[in-house]
Amino acid sequence: MEISVIVFPGSNCDRDVAVSLKQVFKRNPKMVWHKEQTLPKSDLIVLPGGFSYGDYLRCGSMAANSPIMSEIIKCGKSGTFIIGICNGFQILTETNLLPGTLIRNKDLSFICKNLPLKVENSKSRFTHKYSANEIIEIPVAHNEGNYFADQKTINNIEDKDLVAFRYCNKDGIVNDETNPNGSKNNIAGIINEQGNILGMMPHPERASDKVAGLIDGEKFFISILESIQ
Amino acid sequence: MIKITKELIDEHGINDKEYSFILESLDREPTITELGIFSAMWSEHCSYKSSKIWLKKLPTSNDKVIQGPGENAGVIDLGDGDAAVFKMESHNHPSYIEPYQGAATGVGGIMRDVFTMGARPVALLNSLRFGDINHSKTKHLLTGVVSGIGGYGNCMGVPTVGGEVEFNACYNDNILVNAMCVGIAKINKIFYSKASGIGNSVVYVGSKTGRDGIHGATMASAEFDDSSDEKRPTVQVGDPFAEKLLLEACLELMKEDIIIAIQDMGAAGLTSSAVEMASKGKVGIDLNLDKLPCRETLMTAYEMMLSESQERMLMIIEPEKEKEAKSVFDKWGLDFATIGVLTDTNHIVVKHESEKKADIPLNILESGAPSYKRPYKIVTNPEVNQSYLLKSDKKLIDILKKLISSPNLCSRRWVWEQYDHMVMNDTILRPGGDSAIIRIHGTNKALAVCSDSTPRYCASDPTEGGKQAVAESWRNITSVGAKPIAITDCMNFGNPEKEEIMGQFAGVINGMIEACEILDYPVVSGNVSLYNETNGKGINPTPVIGGVGLLESLDHFSTPNFKRTNDNIIILGDTKGYLCQSVFAYEIFSDSQGLPPKVDLILEKKTGDLVRNLVTNVKIDTVHDISDGGLLIALTEMSISGEIGFQLNIDKSNLNYSFLFGEDQGRYIISVEDKNLNDAIEYIKKSNISYLNIGKTNGKKIKIDRDNEIDIEELRDLYENWFKNYLKSN
Repeated sequence: MEISVIVFPGSNCDRDVAVSLKQVFKRNPKMVWHKEQTLPKSDLIVLPGGFSYGDYLRCGSMAANSPIMSEIIKCGKSGTFIIGICNGFQILTETNLLPGTLIRNKDLSFICKNLPLKVENSKSRFTHKYSANEIIEIPVAHNEGNYFADQKTINNIEDKDLVAFRYCNKDGIVNDETNPNGSKNNIAGIINEQGNILGMMPHPERASDKVAGLIDGEKFFISILESIQ
Repeated sequence: MIKITKELIDEHGINDKEYSFILESLDREPTITELGIFSAMWSEHCSYKSSKIWLKKLPTSNDKVIQGPGENAGVIDLGDGDAAVFKMESHNHPSYIEPYQGAATGVGGIMRDVFTMGARPVALLNSLRFGDINHSKTKHLLTGVVSGIGGYGNCMGVPTVGGEVEFNACYNDNILVNAMCVGIAKINKIFYSKASGIGNSVVYVGSKTGRDGIHGATMASAEFDDSSDEKRPTVQVGDPFAEKLLLEACLELMKEDIIIAIQDMGAAGLTSSAVEMASKGKVGIDLNLDKLPCRETLMTAYEMMLSESQERMLMIIEPEKEKEAKSVFDKWGLDFATIGVLTDTNHIVVKHESEKKADIPLNILESGAPSYKRPYKIVTNPEVNQSYLLKSDKKLIDILKKLISSPNLCSRRWVWEQYDHMVMNDTILRPGGDSAIIRIHGTNKALAVCSDSTPRYCASDPTEGGKQAVAESWRNITSVGAKPIAITDCMNFGNPEKEEIMGQFAGVINGMIEACEILDYPVVSGNVSLYNETNGKGINPTPVIGGVGLLESLDHFSTPNFKRTNDNIIILGDTKGYLCQSVFAYEIFSDSQGLPPKVDLILEKKTGDLVRNLVTNVKIDTVHDISDGGLLIALTEMSISGEIGFQLNIDKSNLNYSFLFGEDQGRYIISVEDKNLNDAIEYIKKSNISYLNIGKTNGKKIKIDRDNEIDIEELRDLYENWFKNYLKSN
């Protein structure tokens, strides 16, 4: 099993996610520089968090045009697993591998905190280790995490059960008060229709280490591992 | 040729005596470029001319110190081949003029000081001081500074894990923004700034040079007046993305044996890095500014030498290794230009457009730099009898409610949730505790880091205040179970030309020396910021202490939150009930008379050693030091963070303001499970430290006595919501 973590100039969660992946997959992922023209054979491609290109122009927009991306788009369309976390999610929407976009948080400030999430779809290849409607705790750290799409797109995502996670409180209540950044319907993570690409704003790699305090992210990585096997 | 007039010399902050020295040493009039170089190098900011004789007295070594003051940052040994590299620096004046960019570039600058030594930055801290909450500029400055710090640190991917925020009218027109960075390096891979090897290349890397920040160092060494807002163009503009690339490129190149010396371009830009690197190596340096990467056209030699454009470094490498080094910077898309060569002349020579713009013997700049023995007078407040602070019929619980929701004691969550405090995934204890704990990546060891100062104590008695600042830092490191190793300091004071201000500086240094010596907690790096005055009014003396300690194992450490009900709550250290200069006196009586509480350093050390012993050997996992606000505030913080209440069970004679709100120093609260109680008491008795069992953790209420109890939830709302409500209000 081969994993590639794509490193853009300004990525800063590349090492963190590599550590979590190694813990679960028991092997080192390949760190692939964004200027590469070819991608090593990969069963899983990870677009990590950070500030690719300094978030200049628009979060993720320049990275979406990096040389490596045409390979990644090809792989995504042919069914390779891809996950985008935080800035990675923003890049995935910029490449149209996932619908919608991520705009400025409703309060216009950066938010870094642990948040409860409701596992909305516990049958996907990314989330099947969670139980239905499980409430998990995963940190967020973003300035542009406000998920937005037109109503038709939102309806389509929801009708097809493509919402992976929603923001909620610790009792699982999903409403405006438990919406940290203004995302449509509290959406924190989505899956594409083919079921092989996931984007999420929260950081599961920051919740996979007992010593650092949180472990709910581990099941996310284990789900992927089992789906690939 | 620009004529050197009296006005020009004055504008450069050079006095008559200094100018005659220049004339004498050069045996001619300086050029304008040379005048600029002298002005920058001899500014208070770069030359420490008022503070040097005092700073020399600070203890700077112990068996863990690898590098003390004088380099880009201090270095201490963490064992197993690892070192911590750290420093704190001020960016006060720029942040007042342009809060976002001023604070952001402060963070950027301090990170460069750390990674230029070969360390990967792993933690950022800051110490912020703003004016009165009702002052018209405070909200604007607060929001700008906080987002500037977040904007830079978050993008760099370095967690901001700790700090402090204080409001006080003395900072109305002169806020303080001090930033600290801690990095981790391998001991055998530390890079220094001493240039060597005649004929070696002087290489410029990073962002291009523009006209921003010209005269930043001179601005930071002058008092403000009402026209200060006009100085906006001298504030630098930060590009954290460029710095992230510079960080990765430098660390990548540092894996190879290519760099002979390296220094970042900070205050006074190319001038100070070129002069300092060459002086340290006792070599000369020739610069050819035609090769300097510029982002503006028609820049003069003067502007290039004094620009404080950010995200730039100067390196010395062998000419034959240039190609290999350049390929690394090409990969990261950064400029790489050979702009000079080391010579045996001991002069700095600057050429531009085939003309010699400057030629100065380096020894004049360095050793000829002025050093003043300014007159000083140490003034302390008169002692007062505190009995008038006991006369109030306010209920204890109402006082608690007022204090916990006061601007200087309430939760700082609004601030630190705007900072990414978790990136790198090694933040074991997050902001809000006594110290943050940062795991040394890939090991089971960790650093404890904190930044502290109590300026009101320093204002009322500089010497006691200086002692207290160091002791408080030592205590905060101890509270998490770590061993305090060394500190960095950021000395923020008013105009040193005034006797009383110089006396504050002298007193604080004297106090620090005593504390550093007794606690074995030396200063390894630091920064001095003087002239923090506007229209003749100085700030409170504010020596900020950045502390670093080591946790040998993450198996045992302690945090402030209560963890279980039915734990025994024990105070370690003596409670005399001293109220002068307390938050209680200020908030309830608007009083700031009298002297601060005394620090007994010998007892301080014994008590701290006991706390560490208890954490390691009795597995005590809950410790909080008692500081601002006193005992009841410390207990309330432990309750709110642990969501567990407590019931006090103390002698009726102790149910008073002085016992509950006094700020006697050298005290900790621990909570102990019944099963460990005997063991703990035995340790405490053996070390001869006074202790008092004051009650038990229990339920969801804070119960002081029958008439004074309250739900934690209610207190939490008061504690957590102050910032949000303040910023919403008009």
